[in-house]
Amino acid sequence: MKYIIAIIQPSKLDAVRDALSELGMAGITVSEVQGYGRQKGKKEIYRGAEYEIHFLPKIKIEIAIPAKMEKQTIEAIKTASHTGRIGDGKLFVIDIQHAIRIRTGETDESAI
Amino acid sequence: MEQIMKFIGKSSVIFIAALSATVSPAMAQTVSTDEVFILNSLLFLMSGFLVMFMACGFCMLEAGLVRGKNTTTQLTKNVALFSLAAIGYYLVGYNLMYPLGDWAYDGVFSALFPAVAVMEPVGVGADGVDDLSYATTASDYFFQLMFCAATASIVSGTVAERIKLWPFLIFTLILTAVIYPLQASWKWGGGFLDAAGFLDFAGSSVVHSVGGWAALAGALILGPRFGKYKDGRTVPMPGANLPLATLGTFILWLGWFGFNGGSQLAMGSISDVADVSRIFVNTNAAAAMGAVVALVLTQILYGKVDLTMVLNGALAGLVSITAEPLTPSIAMASLIGGIGGVIVVLAVPLLDKLQIDDVVGAIPVHLIAGIWGTIAVTFTNSDASLGTQIYGIIVIGAFTFIASSALWFALAKTIGIRVPEEDELMGLDKSELGMDAYPEFSQ
Repeated sequence: MKYIIAIIQPSKLDAVRDALSELGMAGITVSEVQGYGRQKGKKEIYRGAEYEIHFLPKIKIEIAIPAKMEKQTIEAIKTASHTGRIGDGKLFVIDIQHAIRIRTGETDESAI
Repeated sequence: MEQIMKFIGKSSVIFIAALSATVSPAMAQTVSTDEVFILNSLLFLMSGFLVMFMACGFCMLEAGLVRGKNTTTQLTKNVALFSLAAIGYYLVGYNLMYPLGDWAYDGVFSALFPAVAVMEPVGVGADGVDDLSYATTASDYFFQLMFCAATASIVSGTVAERIKLWPFLIFTLILTAVIYPLQASWKWGGGFLDAAGFLDFAGSSVVHSVGGWAALAGALILGPRFGKYKDGRTVPMPGANLPLATLGTFILWLGWFGFNGGSQLAMGSISDVADVSRIFVNTNAAAAMGAVVALVLTQILYGKVDLTMVLNGALAGLVSITAEPLTPSIAMASLIGGIGGVIVVLAVPLLDKLQIDDVVGAIPVHLIAGIWGTIAVTFTNSDASLGTQIYGIIVIGAFTFIASSALWFALAKTIGIRVPEEDELMGLDKSELGMDAYPEFSQ
């Protein structure tokens, strides 16, 4: 089992969700997050004074998938969230040790 | 549907044309004294409730431009100051401002002091009114009270986010009871500035710059918000809610038709109602050009339009035209208002350079554009002289600034006017009121 964390542009959330549901993905977890990467923040002007926005808004998507789905899931997220411009985000893949469905007590692949 | 609307439009035009054709001979009669009195009072009542709504405009503008942690305090200050103005102006202000020729010190200080405002009795007839050639005393009082409250509203935006609630309210009470009415008596009460030929139609100086001077004195004595100026740089503290700030600006814009239009003080003749109409048009033109100039200028200077400056630009346009909204042409009114827009875009960063922290831009809008508007009277009104206008600006400015500074200083030395640093960082809503504007939102 794999756990995929994707940090993407907020404007790409719908496209990513569509791409994942096309793959038949059972569920995703989404959070609004802030941060900076190599892009750093950006400069804006308010009432004539320049200021730096240190953290930019991003969307974090988390999904748990069977290991065999890894390649196509990554591909789907990558394609859907790609613009080619700075700030597109990142994908991380982690191994899942255990998964448990709270309601039924099912474990591992049948739980995700 | 469109065709039906067109049909209704056309037929109503025909209907109105037919109506006016039959009615006009009768309407050509002169309006009676009673009717003039009634129409004048009506102008005061309608204009008065429009100016009253400016209190809402100021409140929303300020609620939008402070940070979310100070919203409730700002709302509280606005409703409290408006209400306190009603007490101060009733107890002292109205009679101090309008001595009706009865001076304790000629042209300077009303003999009707201390004296509370009174109305005509219930069900008064034409023979019992105070001045049959003018309007009901209560309509005049109501209209003038709203102006007084507007002056106080100007101050609260500048000193926002760091001033203690109660010292601010004490300042407001004295401003509305004494400082504003006293200097207003010099012009509108028939005092020495009026005698000198100083012209200020609806109060670019008498109302707006007075609010601005009081705000400037407050900002200087209070000091900037913590963290606003760091190593000589200005740190922006963006407002929490620009929809509210925009709503507030539109409300002020609407209210200004009452502010300037009502200042004609008469609507009982064709010439008066035509003048009120001119004033409406010029007031709107000045606001529009103030906004457009700020729109274009911020785009050119900063590469992006700054909405808060556009809002201030519209207001500066309004303040600029307030000293003389009657005599200019539409083009001239636009020019006067447009320069108000320039003033805002240049003066806001300038004040920051001087480290004078004006949260909502009230000093550029009301003080500097107010001075500009008072000078601009000379462009279109041949009765105005530049020397006298400057004399009035200096007299009103010096008095208000000195009186306000003394009052702020006295408050600072006795009960203190500034919240502790910790409270300021936490936000005045928690420290002063213990009440969030939006308790269900995480901060």
